[in-house]
Amino acid sequence: MPEMTYSAALNKALREEMNRDPNVFVMGEDIGVWGDGGGVFSVTKGLLDEFGSQRVLDTPISEEGFVSMGVGAALVGSRPVVEVMYSDFLTLVMDPLVNQAAKMRYMFGGQAKVPLVVRTNLGAAGGKAAQHSQSFETWFMHVPGIKVVVPTTPADAAGLLKTAIRDDNPVLFLEHKLLYFMKGEVPDVIEPIPFGQALIRREGKDVTLVATQVMLQLALKAADQLFEEEGIDVEVIDPRTLVPLDLETILTSVKKTGRCVIAHEAVERAGWAAEIGFEVSLQAFDFLDAPIVRVCSANLPVPYTKDLEAVVIPGLNDIKDGIRAVYQGKQYSRGGRAINE
Amino acid sequence: MTVDKDSKQNKRDNELEVRLLRTMMLARAFDSNLPTLYNKGLIQGSSHSAIGQEAVAAGACLALRTEDYVTSTHRGHGHTIAKGADLTRMTAELLGRETGFCRGKGGSMHIADFSVNMLGANGIVGGNFGIAAGAALSLKMRGSDAVVLSFFGEGALNQGAFLETANMAKIWNLPVIFLCENNHFAMSARPEDMLAVGAIVDRAGAVGIPGVEIDGMDVGAVFDAVQAAAARARAGEGPQFIAAECYRFEGHFSGDTMAYRDSAEADLWLERDPIPRQIQRLVSAGVLTTEDVTSMESDVKAMVDEALVQASAAPFPNPQQAWEDVYA
Repeated sequence: MPEMTYSAALNKALREEMNRDPNVFVMGEDIGVWGDGGGVFSVTKGLLDEFGSQRVLDTPISEEGFVSMGVGAALVGSRPVVEVMYSDFLTLVMDPLVNQAAKMRYMFGGQAKVPLVVRTNLGAAGGKAAQHSQSFETWFMHVPGIKVVVPTTPADAAGLLKTAIRDDNPVLFLEHKLLYFMKGEVPDVIEPIPFGQALIRREGKDVTLVATQVMLQLALKAADQLFEEEGIDVEVIDPRTLVPLDLETILTSVKKTGRCVIAHEAVERAGWAAEIGFEVSLQAFDFLDAPIVRVCSANLPVPYTKDLEAVVIPGLNDIKDGIRAVYQGKQYSRGGRAINE
Repeated sequence: MTVDKDSKQNKRDNELEVRLLRTMMLARAFDSNLPTLYNKGLIQGSSHSAIGQEAVAAGACLALRTEDYVTSTHRGHGHTIAKGADLTRMTAELLGRETGFCRGKGGSMHIADFSVNMLGANGIVGGNFGIAAGAALSLKMRGSDAVVLSFFGEGALNQGAFLETANMAKIWNLPVIFLCENNHFAMSARPEDMLAVGAIVDRAGAVGIPGVEIDGMDVGAVFDAVQAAAARARAGEGPQFIAAECYRFEGHFSGDTMAYRDSAEADLWLERDPIPRQIQRLVSAGVLTTEDVTSMESDVKAMVDEALVQASAAPFPNPQQAWEDVYA
């Protein structure tokens, strides 16, 4: 299998879908000629040359407007893939995503289909500070009517993007800034990967750890180190999609290990770790040998300078601390400010 | 107004004039029934009467082709009726019945009939600007010669979404008609207090879209303007803007006491009621007799009554249907 970056894998999947279906088009800010020819993270590189300006639309800085236009285009038969440059700008597109796209099929009694993909990227990437580093995936899990995809490997990014584009319903496709230029094997033929199928990235018997994206990569490293250094054997699960969520794989694992850690880059307070943790405590209560642990960002905005950013965003040692805590039956939190403060 | 006087298309024949009247009468009869439905407890939630604004709905929709799309507003019954939606299914939706357009999940504020390319009323003011422009983008990409007409009120012009989507519609030369119904009220807010520009068309002018201001109480004027705008949009001349001045005769919704409204002002507008105006025009031209008019009035009332009878006989959705059309 050839190795390619996450960005190149997304690019390949997009190109193949645009070739397969003339109704697929892409739009967004600076996706045509910026940088080395397409997008701040090169995901749309070369598409303008190949498909022309009718299907690769560089937009003005009007996020609400162009996402809303994506909804309208989807409603009458196109399959738009709309790029929002940073997920922080999702704040500007809440109406078209939440009140329009997510509602239409249901609210119109099944008359409408909205095959819309909104692509953007989550997370901190070193010094991008409070308005370009956030992880908002939980917000959209809270809205019935939007699928939420969080790929980590290049192969998953490509396969899940194909599924997203072929889905007749709105999909929020959340990439991660730090993953774009990481390499991994991608099959020659990219097959769509079904939503709602978690992967066990590492098998283990002592602790179940659920994580996505950069936290998943740190989790795998932490698991290897703790196994070697302290003999703790961690099973690492990558949900790959948060809506729909493959809870079954998580529960099966927790019933085996009796311990559960959930790690995410979104802030701790009311993050998705709380949702998964609740379900685990409800459905695997009798199997738990320790309180569930979450390793999440502190309940703070993301600051600029390196040492402060590290206070907020979990690192390798935080995940190791979280695993040790659950292994020893101790409580753990790095949120810093409780919900009542 | 820039209507090509030589084009045959622009001539309103008598048959069309009567259809315009009849469509307005039907929309009026439908909305006139709302208070009764409320008082009987047959409908709940919010339902917004467009009485006084029928000329805009009828004139605009009858100037479009079936394959053209419209997007509507929370005050959208007239648009929906004029685009050709079935009256019984509309009534059933207001009554929350299984046979309604949205199978009881939408109600008045979300009526949509995709079979006549009516893409939905919208509970968010300005929520349909982008949807209309996006539909137009898709049509253009796919080589269709259909156009999209977006109805909205003057209150919606103060949403940023208007500037964003109108600008994109212009730079991409999209076949979309922005039709502003200036009914003089955004709930209680008056355009003279809320719009920084004196002329509504100046908002479109700010992004280079040609606009016309028309008498929205004159159904013929609306028809002519929309037909001309649609022809230009269809011919590849890009987005069009029409400001139709009309008046909201009723409150924002049923139960609004309208303490904020000057009754002398309202009386002046009532004299311009588009329906009597069209009746007078057709009777004095000898197209209709007063008996014809009476008969049309009783016809449309019978249609609305019959729709209510049929809709009332339909079942409510089974609670299990709350789980249908769910995917995430």
